Amino acid sequence: MRNTFLIKFLLLVTLLFVSKTFALDDTVSEGESGKDLKSEITAYIEHHLKDTHDFSLFSYTDKTGEKHHVGFPLPVILWDNGLKVFSSSKLHHGEAVAHVGENYYKLYHSKIYKTDAAGTITYDDKYHPENVKPLDFSITKSVVMIFLTGLLMFLLFRGLATSYAKNGSIPKGLGRFFEPIVLYIRDDIAISNIGEKKYKKYMPFLLTVFFFIWFLNMFGLTPLGVNVTGNIAVTTALAILTFIITNFTGTKTYWMHLFNPLGDSMPWYGKLPLYIILIPIEILGIFIKPFSLLIRLYANMQAGHIVVMSLIGLMFIFKSWIGSPLSFGLAFAISLIEILVALLQAYIFTMLSALYFGFASEEHDHAEAH
Amino acid sequence: MSIPRIIGAGLIVIGVGVGIGKIGGQAMEAIARQPEASGKIQTAMLIAAALIEGIGFAALFATAEAEG
Repeated sequence: MRNTFLIKFLLLVTLLFVSKTFALDDTVSEGESGKDLKSEITAYIEHHLKDTHDFSLFSYTDKTGEKHHVGFPLPVILWDNGLKVFSSSKLHHGEAVAHVGENYYKLYHSKIYKTDAAGTITYDDKYHPENVKPLDFSITKSVVMIFLTGLLMFLLFRGLATSYAKNGSIPKGLGRFFEPIVLYIRDDIAISNIGEKKYKKYMPFLLTVFFFIWFLNMFGLTPLGVNVTGNIAVTTALAILTFIITNFTGTKTYWMHLFNPLGDSMPWYGKLPLYIILIPIEILGIFIKPFSLLIRLYANMQAGHIVVMSLIGLMFIFKSWIGSPLSFGLAFAISLIEILVALLQAYIFTMLSALYFGFASEEHDHAEAH
Repeated sequence: MSIPRIIGAGLIVIGVGVGIGKIGGQAMEAIARQPEASGKIQTAMLIAAALIEGIGFAALFATAEAEG
């Protein structure tokens, strides 16, 4: 029983992985000289890491040399002296100029720029485009995945809640898988860091952020090619939430620790020279904590994607029989590690958030111990 | 990537590797001494490792993207 499950699981991972390889194969098989191939692989990896305006699954070049993209377009929403809404199919993956009303827009390195009918983009001396960039609120690939994950989580946990209410707190089906995880977050993350008294208030956020990051990390490993948690804007938003909750639920003790860490143990003229250094460091600390959260999650997921893609890219650099098994083996092993990392990063984010909430909701009963 | 930046990235990886290796090693020793406390030790180990890793990644990204 256990063995068949393991075999099924490994088969699934292999299948997912193989399709990812095919996606890369179609794009980089064109390169001829070594230099071109390398830059092509780099470009492909960079493209994969970026957020795009359309949900493209893969693209290929047919016998006549025509490029085909398989996928579906997403709505583009721009604010450019008025709301402009159009389908991203008008942009043709950056190959065409979209004509909307009186304006023309063009994709350049996954960003939308305003341009003229011919689609000219002017550059400054550092090769950065000088064209006007309209405010972009588009439903991009990442946004779609965030919506999907939100919907999935809503349906999943709503369903579990009703099933628990119906069966009298006995887990059934998926609940058997999720109950230990939820309990682990409650007992070993929330209660042990925040304390028996106040942990309840923080549970919704901790559970949401844990499952949100975990699910998105796992989606990042599928060949859909989404890299949501490897997007610094997403992790920044999550870290800002932690920052807001930490500081808005801060008790008197928390703020006293920040601005008067020595308390009554020293007269004011003794504290003054110390506090000139201590208080700026403490204030910086408020911002460094969420900053390290966002950098850690972003960099870990980004690095994981880069490593897997680069190992697959090895196949096209070796160009001999040894390349394929080597690159497949390495990338397969790294993919398995990435499954662990996906869970670990969600755990670390939740854990550290709980730790910060614990500092913030500390009560003044063990102040003498410091 | 220029050579100084490659050397810098290498140094970062060595530093982070030594740091996390030391944490892992000490945690193993601690678990061997007190197997009943392994849960707590693992949690503390993961947090410390994550903090070091965060700094390491920040530095790596700084070296990789210094030129933009």
